[in-house]
Amino acid sequence: MNNNCNICYINELYLKKIEGNIFLHQSIKNKLIFMKDKLIQFIKLYGILPAVVFIFLFSCSPEEKEDSHAVKEEIVEIKREKITEDYAVDPPPFTDGIFPCNDCHAFQKPNPVRRELVEWHDDISFKHDSENRWCLDCHDLKERDSLKLANGRKLDFKESYKLCGQCHGEKYRDWKVGVHGKRTGEWNGKKEYLLCVSCHNPHTPKFKKITPEIPPVRQEDIKLFIKPENTESNEN
Amino acid sequence: MNFTRFLTGSLKIIFQGGKPYFAWLILLTILILWGGYGYYGQLTDGLITTNMRDSVSWAFYIGNFTFLVGVAAAAVMLVIPAYIYHWGPIKEIVIFGELLAVCAVIMSIAFVVVDIGHPLRFWHMLPFIGTMNFPHSILAWDFFVLLTYFAINATVVIHLLYSAFNKKEYNKKLVLFLVLASIPMAVGIHTVTAFLFNALPARPFWNSALLAPRFLASAFCSGPAILLILFQLLRKYTKFEIKNEALFTIAELMVYSMFIYLFFTVAELFKEFYSGTEHLLYWEYLLFGLGDNKEIVFYSWASIIFGVIAFFLFLIPKTRKNFVTLNIGAVLIYSSVYIEKGMALIIPGFTPDVLGQIYVYKPSMTEVQTAVMIFSLGSLLFTFLTKIAIAIIFEGYNIDSLERKERKK
Amino acid sequence: MKTDNNRRSFLKNISLATFSTLALSGCNMKEIDEYLQQNFRELTDEEKDEIVKNLGEKYKKRYGKDFHVSYKPAMEGVLFGYALDISRCIGCRKCVTACVKENNQSRDPQIQWIQVLQMEKEKGVDLAHSDVHYNPEKVPEKGYFYFPVQCQQCRNPQCVTVCPAKATWQEKDGIVVVDYNWCIGCRYCMAACPYGARHFNWGEPNIPVEEINTEVHYLGNRPRQKGVVEKCTFCVQRTREGKYPTCVEICPVGARKFGNLLDPESEVRYILDNKRVLVLKQELNTQPKFYYYFG
Repeated sequence: MNNNCNICYINELYLKKIEGNIFLHQSIKNKLIFMKDKLIQFIKLYGILPAVVFIFLFSCSPEEKEDSHAVKEEIVEIKREKITEDYAVDPPPFTDGIFPCNDCHAFQKPNPVRRELVEWHDDISFKHDSENRWCLDCHDLKERDSLKLANGRKLDFKESYKLCGQCHGEKYRDWKVGVHGKRTGEWNGKKEYLLCVSCHNPHTPKFKKITPEIPPVRQEDIKLFIKPENTESNEN
Repeated sequence: MNFTRFLTGSLKIIFQGGKPYFAWLILLTILILWGGYGYYGQLTDGLITTNMRDSVSWAFYIGNFTFLVGVAAAAVMLVIPAYIYHWGPIKEIVIFGELLAVCAVIMSIAFVVVDIGHPLRFWHMLPFIGTMNFPHSILAWDFFVLLTYFAINATVVIHLLYSAFNKKEYNKKLVLFLVLASIPMAVGIHTVTAFLFNALPARPFWNSALLAPRFLASAFCSGPAILLILFQLLRKYTKFEIKNEALFTIAELMVYSMFIYLFFTVAELFKEFYSGTEHLLYWEYLLFGLGDNKEIVFYSWASIIFGVIAFFLFLIPKTRKNFVTLNIGAVLIYSSVYIEKGMALIIPGFTPDVLGQIYVYKPSMTEVQTAVMIFSLGSLLFTFLTKIAIAIIFEGYNIDSLERKERKK
Repeated sequence: MKTDNNRRSFLKNISLATFSTLALSGCNMKEIDEYLQQNFRELTDEEKDEIVKNLGEKYKKRYGKDFHVSYKPAMEGVLFGYALDISRCIGCRKCVTACVKENNQSRDPQIQWIQVLQMEKEKGVDLAHSDVHYNPEKVPEKGYFYFPVQCQQCRNPQCVTVCPAKATWQEKDGIVVVDYNWCIGCRYCMAACPYGARHFNWGEPNIPVEEINTEVHYLGNRPRQKGVVEKCTFCVQRTREGKYPTCVEICPVGARKFGNLLDPESEVRYILDNKRVLVLKQELNTQPKFYYYFG
């Protein structure tokens, strides 16, 4: 007989014919039968546990698959009106009694000589590139109720941002989109703009330091709140 | 019908005993009442009566929960060596181990209940009636494994005791299957509890792969310690027989877990101290303190020193086989692991917190009272259950003796 | 024997009756309804209307003011993003105070959803050496910069993964919200949050009646109770009506920017394209929608 065991391919004694051409070692056949029985027993005994786990694993509610981890982040098309170069800003923060400038300057002879002001406007401290700039670089010589751009074009005080934007182009670009400066309004609609000068004093633009709000209570000091005896409404 | 008589009979047994027994019961009752008063304050005023705050949002309660899960896991682990080493009273060892496990699981669940802000809303995390976050949340897994473990242990114990009471043979196949199942479950409950902490990348102190192995090793160091002392007491006061060699072997097995635990800790320390990243801050706070904050340094070193002393006491055969040093060692290792699971695991995980701020935590009176209440309730339950078990196993309390008593009336 | 049984069953019945009377005596129908309320995501619109109406009545009774409680869902095609300019923040904490007022946070015990950290300029963004309790005379203090932290509204929120009761989830517009009536107060989410953004009501919250904000959202700034977790919701009551969150509007130096990440013309998209942004603890893969940049 030249038949080999179908599992280990060793021609050996004690081969028993199973069926047809299949020969197995007696012991292997027994082992297989034994293992088959054990497996069935095992599944009968322990099969319940995996089945239970299986049920729970697949009992996730459908909404979980839907909103777990993010909205699909695809850019969407948003219809909006065209933005013009003019921005709806708050009115300029004039000092009381100063505007309109022509109330005084209409009757005065314009003096284009660069100098330090002594008689009037001496309360203005000028620290805005004072080495190279002075008043009449921004204020128009003849039309005191206007500002002027570098190319000579006159500018209303309401559009002073165009003047600032000449030198501070990057900030101007950011401000137009709404990324520079205090932001109020609607995030998907009308934004409210402030003039540069509403926050930055054009003559001394550097911000002064302010007093911060009080720090948070230390967690060691957070204790049970006990209502005071006389309950006034503005006691915490 | 028999079951009701079993219950009423057992109730009578619980309230029979000598003066020391009643003194113990009264002490526990006083502690429960004192603790209950503190817990009542927490129920009315909220968790602000504890010292947990946003920075350290888990503390004493969760530390105790973790420790008790370890005790529950380890109590059942004695079954394997009992089987392998032929310790004789295997059934008794299994029963007492599982009784301890049942009480420990109840206590650990109690610690979770007192820790959450709305205990009455617990049903929100159940499947079907609530919305359980399975399989994402490890807490959901913990719920299942604890429940399963409790069910297995309770079934085995009740079945064994009740069949003994009825003078019937217990169902060997069922008990063997359940006891064998409880062993991987024991590993399971403590691993899942470790995964609770391990799962959080926000807490680098816990986010180490060795956390679960360390948990298991420390549980197997400490859990058998209680049983060591309990078996000695049982041997002295009842007909429970266990050879000295068995007790010494328990201690020897604890040495192996202690060694593994020490090795894992050295591995962790090496990685943190040698790499010296910012994650070292937590270990620094634990062992040396940060700046002026040295609050838990004393406790962490106490835990280490106790553990090392216990290790050597159990390692050296002379001290292992001497009952005085053996019991000292058991108490030391138990305290060491208790401190380590509470102070040395939870607090450094939160200090410094995720934004680098340090909040100094000390358990408040309310937390101590609530913990005392739960431990006393658990001890009371364990006392009662052991008394009933002893009565059934050693003192011949069964259906016949009950009938005899009733006939006498 | 028979008399024993009768006595025993009588006692049993009496105790059961007493217990149930005691248990239910403190409740009325409304309280039982509120206790049995399901998870917010499983409620129908009618049930939500009922709940919101009951809440309005409850708040009116407690605070004496008419509340408007909304449960407005997320808008379509919107994913909120936030950008904070660290080179502009001066640490004035006006955002913190404004947020507390707008979102009805407890004053005592104090809860603040925004935490501003003072960091050394030399060390850069270094949380381990930062200080949240800074209190100089004037800000910004020389040598330091300021780093506000609040909920980062992660795309992969750890807190949502660990909540055992699914009481916190991420809405379609990207805001991670909490259902205060479902939260069991286990604080696993607080352990899981890498940014310390979630806060717990350890005690009953106290809000002075004259400062209370009556425009509230069910998932946002409605007055909470003790034992639940709360956090920044990008002012869901305002942003779903098209307004900016209060912190964005109050910032005096314009350090805070907000918008729709899916809108190519929003401020936040502009910042992502033109400024360089970074996120906090990026290695944790939480993918926050809260970006820090240097404008």
